[in-house]
Amino acid sequence: MGKMIEVPLPDFGDGDAADLEAVVSCWPVTVGTALQTGDDLLEIVTDKASFVVPCPCTGILREQRVFEEDRVRTGDIIAVVEEA
Amino acid sequence: MHKVHFIKRNSPVEYRLMLERQQTARDALAAGEGPNTVFLLEHTPTITLGRRARPEHILADADALARLGIEVLQSDRGGDVTYHGPGQMVAYPILNLNAWRPSVDWYLRALEETVLRLLRGYGLAGERLEGYTGVWVGGAKVAAVGVSVRQWITGHGLALNVSPDEAHWRVIIPCGIKDKPVTSLARLVSPCPPLEDVMERYVRAFEEVFACETLLDEE
Repeated sequence: MGKMIEVPLPDFGDGDAADLEAVVSCWPVTVGTALQTGDDLLEIVTDKASFVVPCPCTGILREQRVFEEDRVRTGDIIAVVEEA
Repeated sequence: MHKVHFIKRNSPVEYRLMLERQQTARDALAAGEGPNTVFLLEHTPTITLGRRARPEHILADADALARLGIEVLQSDRGGDVTYHGPGQMVAYPILNLNAWRPSVDWYLRALEETVLRLLRGYGLAGERLEGYTGVWVGGAKVAAVGVSVRQWITGHGLALNVSPDEAHWRVIIPCGIKDKPVTSLARLVSPCPPLEDVMERYVRAFEEVFACETLLDEE
């Protein structure tokens, strides 16, 4: 079994992104999907931008920690990926 | 200095066609096989629903929309309900933000800055409103901004009202904001500049803000 990596929501704005709150709009992948570094992991939206979070490592998506319509902030754990 | 390829369309284009063009340009840029590109155009009459759109912000029923010749489509940009149509300059920059700054917030502000500079050239003092994205003049929205970012490659962009058919505006609550009116260059500048002139000046403003050289093609 590979190492379990908790994936935080990355900083997609400037340094003050901690103030920035977004909403989960959709999961383009399901639990069990094999992912490469950079593959689409999660789409979030702010009031004017949609942003696709890339997977930070290669592995298998084991857990989705947030769901559609959830409010998320930079640093929140969004997923667990088992590293390949 | 970065190079950006502007593609100017000379007649109104269907929204769905531009969704495809944007996707093709984004894929090519992501694969390292295409340039940073900005599409400049007018759309045929369309209402688009962003990712967070509330359908009740469309005030007209399907029959009324059909009579006005307005199509309704989903879009993967952020934001609520927006109208596009002739008399509105739309800019869709397809940029790899890693070449500038990988920040969604910086990019939104830079897009607003391109419009602020353009407006200054017409003697207008545009402004940002705290908490509202877009560009405003005298408390009314003159340009809407809504983007999508994937692998730091941008899509969608901004829409500046030059001389739109105002009857079309009344069928929506733009961006879901009820208490803020919409305006246009036709209301603010006399005589209203032709769209051609606005597009030319927009290219110059974009060059300044994004510190780039541009190449212009017309279709």
